[in-house]
Amino acid sequence: MRRFWLPAVTGFVLLAIWWIASVAGAFPVGTVPAPDEVGRAFADELASGRLLADTIASLFRVAWGFVTAVVAGVPLGLVIGRSLVTREALMPWVNFFRSLSPIAWIPFAIIWFGIGDPPAIFIIFLATFFQIVLATAAAAGSVPKVYYRVALDLGLTPAQTLLHVTLPAILPQLVIALRVAIGVAWMVVVAAEMIAVRSGLGFLIIDARNGLRMDLVVCGMITIGAIGIGLDIAFSRLAKIPSVRWGFER
Amino acid sequence: MTAMASTPPDAPTTAPTTAPILAVSGLGFDYGSLTVIDALDLEVAPGELVVCVGPSGCGKTTLLARGHLAPTRGTVARRGQSRTIYQDGGLFPWLTVRQNIERGLPLTTPPAQRSEKVADWLAITRLAEFADHYAHQLSGGMRQRVELARALAAETDILLLDEPFSALDYQTRRRMRNELVATLAERPRTVVFVTHDIEEAVQLGDRVVVLGARPANVRRVLTLPAGRPRSPAAPGVAESEQAIMDELGLA
Repeated sequence: MRRFWLPAVTGFVLLAIWWIASVAGAFPVGTVPAPDEVGRAFADELASGRLLADTIASLFRVAWGFVTAVVAGVPLGLVIGRSLVTREALMPWVNFFRSLSPIAWIPFAIIWFGIGDPPAIFIIFLATFFQIVLATAAAAGSVPKVYYRVALDLGLTPAQTLLHVTLPAILPQLVIALRVAIGVAWMVVVAAEMIAVRSGLGFLIIDARNGLRMDLVVCGMITIGAIGIGLDIAFSRLAKIPSVRWGFER
Repeated sequence: MTAMASTPPDAPTTAPTTAPILAVSGLGFDYGSLTVIDALDLEVAPGELVVCVGPSGCGKTTLLARGHLAPTRGTVARRGQSRTIYQDGGLFPWLTVRQNIERGLPLTTPPAQRSEKVADWLAITRLAEFADHYAHQLSGGMRQRVELARALAAETDILLLDEPFSALDYQTRRRMRNELVATLAERPRTVVFVTHDIEEAVQLGDRVVVLGARPANVRRVLTLPAGRPRSPAAPGVAESEQAIMDELGLA
């Protein structure tokens, strides 16, 4: 069980270094909060219920942004991957928009969606949608031809082929793409919550910065990182599904 | 061609007695300006096992792909449906052995009979204990047995095999030839078998069609003595093998 205790040990070592440096006065006043200050901030935030409420608010927005990006992005990626005309028409534009930082969309997000959850969800959607389209298209474009010859032999219609051949054939690569995308979606939540909302872990950090509460900023950062690990583990489990696992066994 | 005492009798391109189940006449196929097949004639009688041998790149695979690609010239007349077995990797890796074979069943098979039919095929190909395995968990020979079961499960009249055993090691390849013959004895089909393996051709074929280098056309047709798989030591087999080698310039 080394893979559990070893990272725990590194965590304790990092914590110890941080704590010793703080006690020794290595950081100028107000630049880096001490571990015990962060610990107290954690306790206060947990007791008030604010940390939990903010976490739920952020997860809610990420879930919406991510799920809509998957629902819209996977079918579009399949079409782009399988149709040369569509690929030629759309691929450069997918790349164009993928290169734009979602933060560049913030002004439009506010003008189009006002305040509250929708602009934040929109930003998370943009951060993941083009990535998912690109990954799906690349995977769908590289499915071995022999599967399609077999599909013709089996008398599958084009729609059945897409559903019963292309989609399962790309699942292993899609699972990896989704794992990367959920990480990006969660990372972007801070930027998305800098605007027009008054809840969420991103807002907690911005709000704490405005109040010069660096202990609270670190508290928010730790929570985001920990949930990021959790999301990654959850998505990596998808690769263990038998009808996906073949892609990692060859 | 030179007449040698040991040369087996040449057969006419047309199968002698019954009406052909597959008749290819004047077939030509071009990839752009590259002519891959030219003026190819071939008739296959029901129940016959015809092997096509030829140098690599001579258009053997293109010949079998006729089912999906329209010929540039000539006609392909075919009575009934066909299924193809490919060299390697034709199984759907996201499905188990059972599910792959089930996919092969005719779409018209009533749901109630499907699992029974799959069980039959698992038994015939001795794969019952691997029914829930995935392709990557099987050996190369077992994978080709699943391919065979999936293709035969379709109950089509014609079976096309495109170098089905080429990716296997020598011993497995020999075993698979016996396997194929045994399975065909139980469930007869008309078979067109494409290979570059001359030994395989003379062991399995009722007739062996020797194709020339690109563009592929029929150089010679050899009829082999009845009974398959033939031992390499059986009468006429070594001579046929030699005749094919001569024809391909490998002697």
